[in-house]
Amino acid sequence: MSVPPPGSLTQLERAAAFDPALPDAYEPLFVGERRVALDEVLTRYPTRMAALLPALWMVQEARGWVSEAAMAEVAEVLHVTPAYVKGVVTFYTMYHQRPVGRHFVQVCTTSPCNVCGAEDVVRAFLTHTGSGEIGATSPDGRFTVIEVECLGACGFATPIMIDEDVIEGVTAAQVPEIIARYP
Amino acid sequence: MGYPHPPHPRETVLLSQYFGDPEARSLAGWRQRGGYRALEQALAMEPTAVTTIVKDSGLRGRGGAGFPTGTKWSFMKPGDGKAHYLCCNADESEPGTFKDREIMRWTPHALVEGCAIAAYAIGAETVYIYIRGEFTEPLQRMTEAVREAYAAGLLGPGAMGGKARIDVRIHKGAGAYICGEETALMNSIEGRRGNPRIKPPFPATAGLFGMPTTINNVETLAAVPHIITQGAAWYKAMCLSSPKSPGTKLFSVCGNVRRPGNYEVVLGFPFEEFLYDLCGGPPAGRKFKAIIPGGASVPIQTMDEVRATKMDYEGFVAGGSMLGSGGVICIDDAQCMVKQIGRLARFFAHESCAQCTQCREGTSWTTKIVERIEAGQGTPDDLDTLLEIADNMTGKTICVLSDSCAVPVVSGIQKFRDEFDAHIQGHRCPFRVAAAAA
Ligand SMILES: Cc1cc2nc3c(=O)[nH]c(=O)nc-3n(C[C@H](O)[C@H](O)[C@H](O)COP(=O)(O)O)c2cc1C
Ligand code: FES
Repeated sequence: MSVPPPGSLTQLERAAAFDPALPDAYEPLFVGERRVALDEVLTRYPTRMAALLPALWMVQEARGWVSEAAMAEVAEVLHVTPAYVKGVVTFYTMYHQRPVGRHFVQVCTTSPCNVCGAEDVVRAFLTHTGSGEIGATSPDGRFTVIEVECLGACGFATPIMIDEDVIEGVTAAQVPEIIARYP
Repeated sequence: MGYPHPPHPRETVLLSQYFGDPEARSLAGWRQRGGYRALEQALAMEPTAVTTIVKDSGLRGRGGAGFPTGTKWSFMKPGDGKAHYLCCNADESEPGTFKDREIMRWTPHALVEGCAIAAYAIGAETVYIYIRGEFTEPLQRMTEAVREAYAAGLLGPGAMGGKARIDVRIHKGAGAYICGEETALMNSIEGRRGNPRIKPPFPATAGLFGMPTTINNVETLAAVPHIITQGAAWYKAMCLSSPKSPGTKLFSVCGNVRRPGNYEVVLGFPFEEFLYDLCGGPPAGRKFKAIIPGGASVPIQTMDEVRATKMDYEGFVAGGSMLGSGGVICIDDAQCMVKQIGRLARFFAHESCAQCTQCREGTSWTTKIVERIEAGQGTPDDLDTLLEIADNMTGKTICVLSDSCAVPVVSGIQKFRDEFDAHIQGHRCPFRVAAAAA
């Protein structure tokens, strides 16, 4: 696809044109109900830019990750540049910049959990999900497993998060049973 | 209470009284337990009178620095024609700390009420509660509590039938320890990268959106309603050691300890009795080797050092560490200190916002060197290198994350030098060897 001259397209269209991996059929997110929801969020802050983190959360909830095209759309809606949005996305660890498995598993291995055997829990997840290594997705697309820094639940070692669920006091032996709950 | 355990008779439960009681979560349940009387009382006073009570109570910030709360509030000048903000810091990411989480999970209205009182006192029209993104349940509980409070007319224009407008907004973080630093938190609410700002200007002059702002920790704000209803003198009298440290404090206890959990005691409580009587001491057959008393950013101590410590701001400093966030990390004698110090350094390297060179480079090189020593590939001059890096990381950066990484390394090398030496001279980790043999 040839690159269009600047100014002739919206930021969103331009981003889509630059990124050959993106389907031409990028479907805008901030239309209809989601647009209404974003407009409500905008009333809570004195600047448009302040709605950036909430808007990125909406993107991730809808699509599972934050693509460059989605960043461009957010930029357009909030009147900032796509580069600015990318700068913010890359700062925060919870926004996925690429697709992840159907279930995203985070195991805390920071010192308080580490001394309680958290690394065994990580190993058990890597083995039983078949994802094999930190950050990789299992071949069936079901799980991505990462180590995470302190989840703020240190007294319940080892806490893990699967998607939105926090599960406390996980031991390596419980891992197969936990995995079975997430088809 | 020693949640998730039943309260210990030696605890003084104020903030944690309803932990584990699901009925305390709803507005109706909270009102049955005396909720929102403090807000009503506060709204009937002059805002400055509320600040004076908090000042007289001696309440100090529970987020880490222990700054006197009433004094902080008095920096705000309402009526100067500007917007004013209150930020509630619910980013709770300091390893070892999990108290704000339980306050929000079990008593969300206690925090809403504390926020509303503080906002009234400082003349802030809007409160942002910044909750870390991983706190899915606290986010949900707080959102519901705020919704209920609006529906009942406790928030919004003419809050609780008074003249003030108090709006409370929940802002969800997205994974960054540094956003707990007050100015990074403000940048994050504004939709920016969470880089701390250079101070001055301080938040009370130019904070959120460039406007006068006060920021307080969850536990600080949750204590305020009790002070309003029971009085400054009552709060100030709750004190077991230093008169500069009154009130109760939640201590989160974790790591190698028999009964981990949140314990609420009057400040000045004897630390050794706390660790053994309330928390049950180390796991069977083990000994406490190291205690980090105030979250990952404070000096590591040996059990001998902490034996006589009184648990308050002055007491922990006198013992050679700090109260910090009140996250007590226990490490027993089966653990390798080199490994754990390396793990702490890795935490700070991961969380550095990378704007200051000393921090960006220092946290990452410290991690590499300590992990190399742990792997048996250290050299005798590595320790001097580490101390030199630590010196370059202390007192030289925009915020103290850099210092916080140097602290466990310096105190760890000082106090557990034999373990570092054993790794370097033996070219392997003695704990791994012992584990393999067992
Ligand atoms: C790197 C860093 C992380 C921090 N994280 C938190 C935090 O998670 N929660 C918190 O309340 N304070 C945190 N603080 C302290 C805040 O900057 C601030 O002092 C505190 O929220 C003020 O509230 P207080 O006066 O009620 O304690 C952090 C400070 C630094 C330097
Ligand atoms: S260290 Fe694991 S939750 Fe805090």
